[in-house]
Amino acid sequence: MTEQTAAVKAVVRAIAERLEAEREHLTDLDSAIGDADHGGNMARGWAEAATAVEDLDDTDVATVVKTAGRTLMSEVGGASGPLYGGSLVFASAELDDGLTDETLVAFAETYLEKVTDRGDAAVGDQTMVDALVPAVHTFKKSIEVDDLPAIEALAKAVDAAERGVAFTVPIRASKGRASYLGWRSVGHQDPGATSTLFILETLLATTRERLDADLASSVDATSPVTPEEDPEA
Amino acid sequence: MIGLVVVSHSEQAAQGIAEVAAEMAEEVTIEPVGGNGDSGIGTVPDDIENALTTADDGDGCVVLVDLGSAVMNADVAIEMSDVEAVIADGPVLEGAVNAAIAATGPNATLESVREQAEAARDIDKL
Repeated sequence: MTEQTAAVKAVVRAIAERLEAEREHLTDLDSAIGDADHGGNMARGWAEAATAVEDLDDTDVATVVKTAGRTLMSEVGGASGPLYGGSLVFASAELDDGLTDETLVAFAETYLEKVTDRGDAAVGDQTMVDALVPAVHTFKKSIEVDDLPAIEALAKAVDAAERGVAFTVPIRASKGRASYLGWRSVGHQDPGATSTLFILETLLATTRERLDADLASSVDATSPVTPEEDPEA
Repeated sequence: MIGLVVVSHSEQAAQGIAEVAAEMAEEVTIEPVGGNGDSGIGTVPDDIENALTTADDGDGCVVLVDLGSAVMNADVAIEMSDVEAVIADGPVLEGAVNAAIAATGPNATLESVREQAEAARDIDKL
């Protein structure tokens, strides 16, 4: 199994753990303006996804991402299934040649395109798109214009997503279950934007940890000194 | 004959709506599907895909949907399925009744049945 495949599996595992930890938090957000299923749906779906990718032997990055997406589609039971899962499946093809700056940007853009397409949502509708658009655009610009390494571009994307989540609070929902509330959705933070931020934060944290570990292990350990053979022996 | 698939977040609601529609058109295949597969509220694309296969006799299916994820998951299911199917953008119960009656017509097509289902949007009750 390649280093990249192992890393992506670790990311899926870490996302599952994070969303399990945030289950109550997401449920509370969704209770205020939705049907209170987002925490449970996300925690359950990603737990199943983590199990599914763990069972993959000798595979590539694209297959891991696709498998996670397919599992989410089958297990989530709410709109997050087609949005998170369907978009991962669709965008996974961009990673056929592994993880490079170019494939990561293409993956992010395709994922965003599929979410906006399937959900028919735009910025300002109080949905996950409000976190996703600034994140993807910032990631792309950081790599293509500012020439930053992918990990730094991701850190900037997480910051942008965080601002996007904050932006959902004062606006009115016009998509999703919250739109049924009309003006009553104003003043509430969108659960989908929030879980999108959690996923991006976890992606960043896990990738950082692995990079740091790589750096630590790549430091040349001084070879142990072999004692000279005792000529007397 | 055109088949119908009724998708609701509640499996019971889907079954009930299919029952109401079937009263008007017993020869039409109306396949109810719903729930998150775990006896909870939700929709699952794999289940909808199976319902499409069940309801299709070769002429295709019109799909009636309730809310948000039912629309998206029906969309995903249609993409995955080999069955020719379209979603009707109308109320799920009245649309299903209209579609069932339309499907019994001798010259019914996928498009004409969908059109009748969508016409249910304009039904005045009072």
